[in-house]
Amino acid sequence: MTSARLLDLRGAIFAVVLIAAAILVPIAALAVPPASPFHVPAYVIALTGKYLCYALLAVALDLVWGYCGILSLGHGAFFALGGYAMGMYLMRQIGARGVYANPNLPDFMVFLNWHDLPVAWWGFNSFGYALLMVLAVPGVLAFAFGWFAFRSRVTGVYLSIITQAMTYALLLAFFRNDMGFGGNNGLTDFKDILGWNVQAEPTRAALFSLSAIALLIGYLIARAVTMSKFGKVLVAIRDAESRTRFLGYRVENYKLLVFTLSAMMAGVAGALYVPQVGIINPSEFAPANSIEAVIWVAVGGRGTLVGAAIGAVLVNFGKTYFTGALPEYWLFALGALFVLVTLFLPKGIVGTLGQLFARERRAAVGARGNRVPAVAE
Amino acid sequence: MTASFGRGRAAVAATRDLICGIALAILLCLAWGTPARADAIDDTLARFASDKFPETEKAIGELAASGATTAAAILDALGENRLLFNPSTRAVYYKDAAGTLFDAKTGEKAGVEAGGLKKVRLNNAVRGALEAAKGDMSILSPDPARRLAAAESVFKSRDQSAFAKVEAALAKETDTRIKLAFEQARAALLATKVDASEAQRLEAIATLRARGDQDAMGLLEAASATAQGAVKAAADSAIASLNLTLAVWKNLQNVWYGLSLGSVLLLAAIGLAITFGVMGVINMAHGEMVMLGAYTTFIVQEWIRAYQPGLFDYSLAIAIPLAFAIAGIAGIAIERLVIRFLYGRPLETLLATWGISLILQQAVRTGFGPNNRDVGAPSWMAGSFELGGLSITYGRMWIIVFTIGVFLALQLVLRATPFGLRMRAVTQNRRMASSMGINTNRIDALAFGLGSGIAGIAGVALSQIDNVSPNLGQSYIIDSFLVVVFGGVGNLWGTLVAALSLGVANKFLEPFVGAVLGKILLLVFIILFIQKRPRGLFALKGRAVEA
Amino acid sequence: MDGKALTSSLLYLDGVKVSFDGYQALRGLSLALTPGEMRAIIGPNGAGKTTMMDVITGKTRPDEGDVYFAGSIDLTALDEAAIAELGIGRKFQKPTVFESHTVEDNVLLALKAPRAAAATLFGRDEAGIHRRIDAILATVGLSDLRAHLAGGLSHGQKQWLEIGMLLAQDPKLLLVDEPVAGMTDAETAQTAQLLRSIAKDHSIVVVEHDMAFVRDLGVKVTVLHEGAVIAEGPIDQVSADPKVIEVYLGR
Repeated sequence: MTSARLLDLRGAIFAVVLIAAAILVPIAALAVPPASPFHVPAYVIALTGKYLCYALLAVALDLVWGYCGILSLGHGAFFALGGYAMGMYLMRQIGARGVYANPNLPDFMVFLNWHDLPVAWWGFNSFGYALLMVLAVPGVLAFAFGWFAFRSRVTGVYLSIITQAMTYALLLAFFRNDMGFGGNNGLTDFKDILGWNVQAEPTRAALFSLSAIALLIGYLIARAVTMSKFGKVLVAIRDAESRTRFLGYRVENYKLLVFTLSAMMAGVAGALYVPQVGIINPSEFAPANSIEAVIWVAVGGRGTLVGAAIGAVLVNFGKTYFTGALPEYWLFALGALFVLVTLFLPKGIVGTLGQLFARERRAAVGARGNRVPAVAE
Repeated sequence: MTASFGRGRAAVAATRDLICGIALAILLCLAWGTPARADAIDDTLARFASDKFPETEKAIGELAASGATTAAAILDALGENRLLFNPSTRAVYYKDAAGTLFDAKTGEKAGVEAGGLKKVRLNNAVRGALEAAKGDMSILSPDPARRLAAAESVFKSRDQSAFAKVEAALAKETDTRIKLAFEQARAALLATKVDASEAQRLEAIATLRARGDQDAMGLLEAASATAQGAVKAAADSAIASLNLTLAVWKNLQNVWYGLSLGSVLLLAAIGLAITFGVMGVINMAHGEMVMLGAYTTFIVQEWIRAYQPGLFDYSLAIAIPLAFAIAGIAGIAIERLVIRFLYGRPLETLLATWGISLILQQAVRTGFGPNNRDVGAPSWMAGSFELGGLSITYGRMWIIVFTIGVFLALQLVLRATPFGLRMRAVTQNRRMASSMGINTNRIDALAFGLGSGIAGIAGVALSQIDNVSPNLGQSYIIDSFLVVVFGGVGNLWGTLVAALSLGVANKFLEPFVGAVLGKILLLVFIILFIQKRPRGLFALKGRAVEA
Repeated sequence: MDGKALTSSLLYLDGVKVSFDGYQALRGLSLALTPGEMRAIIGPNGAGKTTMMDVITGKTRPDEGDVYFAGSIDLTALDEAAIAELGIGRKFQKPTVFESHTVEDNVLLALKAPRAAAATLFGRDEAGIHRRIDAILATVGLSDLRAHLAGGLSHGQKQWLEIGMLLAQDPKLLLVDEPVAGMTDAETAQTAQLLRSIAKDHSIVVVEHDMAFVRDLGVKVTVLHEGAVIAEGPIDQVSADPKVIEVYLGR
């Protein structure tokens, strides 16, 4: 590590807020009586827990886009794959409590007249195995995809388009019943996780806390990566890929590593998301979802990590508000957000604020300050 | 036509309806020598009302033989579950396609409610008897269309009991087309007839071989399975030859379907080949330009339906220039208001235009509702024709012709007009073009308008084969980008080859793996292909593209 | 590889041909550079100077011909990163520094050190790294600007930073493409001086348009025209060559 600190002021505030939320929100939900103004109702927990998962996805996306210039329009696929891995565990936990009361097969398989559990489902009654798959499936897909793409030097928009095609292909595949993942309906009707009822308030509160902690850990990993010399090489690749090669760096290996890491973070986000929303279906693979995640990062400010998380929460808060109050106008608002942010706020909220403060700080901090690289492009 | 019908000649003077009924009755009487008694029909109809399959079967045979005026209508109704009876009175009624009830005996409108009536049930044996009876009744019909249908029906049912009638009909038939149909029907019967002579069988096999379709194939296989010696050899040789012909036609049909799909892909992608391929602008709202074109068609048709129904066949011709103008103007507006601020920042352009696509989708959803809108096909787009072993629908054919026309027109614009020359100059060397006095801003806007306008035209054509809904554009955007990238950016011919080859590949994959998996496989193929050759099939090489 | 050196040259190009869409950028280019030599390469636009650099650094694969480094290493079989690791550094015509990194980080990234992803992710800075950075920044005169973002430097400062990055790589061979393009006269003179001092312990190939600058360097000159060498020798000799005068100097 260079002299830069892992946690700057912005990061420290972010960490404190997340830790406080992880501790206080469950208390406010479970221990504070419903009449109290400090009580947090269950739906708020479910909603904010969902936002935190999106925020982790946004941090993962920012790591590749903000720092390495890889605009992935397929990160929703990694999120969904992590979600499916968790969903498969939750399906196996249902056991004989399904509609068809088959102890060995999930309902949809009984419905399809299947007699044996497909190989892809083996092992998913073990939580440990499911967790491994949450990391491994998105990781392996990202590695395989990146192996071909980065080696052949597919960059820029071309890469964006084929990542989009990747998630589209997965969308079509998961819609098929014979893929064995529930087809159109996906996986749902979950009962419990590690023996705890997924619907119960304490479980929901715990999932919320876990999401906050996962977001914090994800942030710290991303931060450590970007602060290392590795992170400096990533930014160098983003700004002048070919120059970086002529310095002797194997650009494809750097991209591959960060892309795979990011995909695994997205997978974790998806895995935390599924028990909180209670369903995972192929629509999570829709290309539109992945692009929406990109706008969270753009709104918050790419290359800032904290900004990505803030952007995810803000945009999704807006989405919840609009779809409830003015459903007709949500797509207008989202569309306008895409246009306005790219035209007028290219650095995003946090990036723009950071730029304003940086001017004052530069004089004070002196020569070897810790500096988040600005976005050039 | 009726003049050729020896025994029916006396009835020529009668009205058309009477000919059908009376002549048939007379002929059937002569054929079986069973006089049509007025009260026999009541017994027959009563069998239908007994609600037992063997009785129903018997009733069918009797009815066909009875020559009753309502026989054809009753049998048709039975086949389509429209034959009803009253369980208590045992009266039988049939409904026409519109749902009106008629008395089965008299053929007059029945003044009863359908509520208490039961359907006459069908099983496979009844269906078989029904088919055979229908064939019997129509083989000697004075109506050529009915005779042709009857011949086909015998060919399919292979009902041996019709053999004598087919022979008789064949002797009298003068219409060459119907004659051929009867010959084939006879061959179909002979091929499986137990007591047919070897010469008859060989003749039948030759006839079936000449017919050369999937049904003939089935009969030949049946013949080969039961025959020995020369007959078996002839059948086998015919099967081998037919297999080859059928395979060739099947592949040609697949190629046609593939070209049809490819032309749709090309139509959707061709505008993108200008904006993305030539100008290098990533326009994610391209699909929405297609959608605007489709909705323009919808509006034009609505207007025509309301004010000028006679113009309906010209609705597409009217919609094309309008769609070009509307999508083109929308494109120019997008370029001037958003994209021009983002030149040189392709990823931002991608995001901003995605936002525009969301806005356009929602605008159309708000304006026209979220459901599919009904866009009709003009009469010249409807129907189909046979070309050898190919079945070609007019709609698809015109879309292919239209696509070729649009493609050629675009080539002409790019190569032979001053605007095309300027556009190519700007895309090759912006600074140089600018210093030679070309207004590059204007060219950018017009080129973008051109690409968008073509997308609008594509929307007119796609409105004929796809659902016109706010999501129309979304379903084409990924495919379009892949086609352009696959073909090689900046190369219109590459786009053409890419679209058509992907279309054909898709249709050849479908029979093996199904439509969805076929599409997935092609997506995976293109993803891998782009990684192997990032610049597409027909890549431009050199330093210029590195920049 | 070390055992059987094919040539005694540090860099050896023989009959190199490259074409793009039928346009022949290099048509049988041959060139040999002895260890420790500084060579200037001149030629009109389109002579193939940049393409030659691309071939040496692995950006472009030649259609035909041999390219050997340090006697026996076939450069046509390696990619950019491998060639850079062998010790061939390149400075681009248009200064390309990492604009959103500080001057110091630019040098740090260039500094000779393990390049593998794992090494940069988990590795610790070597001892003395700051001293080396200090020394390089002093050489190129950017010590005062070390904490500034490279994107904020002037054109000349970027050129120097890039030369500093080349020094940090400590390559055996430096390829320098038009180092004084767009510089003031004073900056040009400074740059010539800088290159001469670097040449004391590195081999250098300088591609340049500026004849005064080439004269200033005082080294052997190779003249390219239409993708091949048409003259080679001291500057006075080649400028007297009628072929050279016709295609280049005489205009």
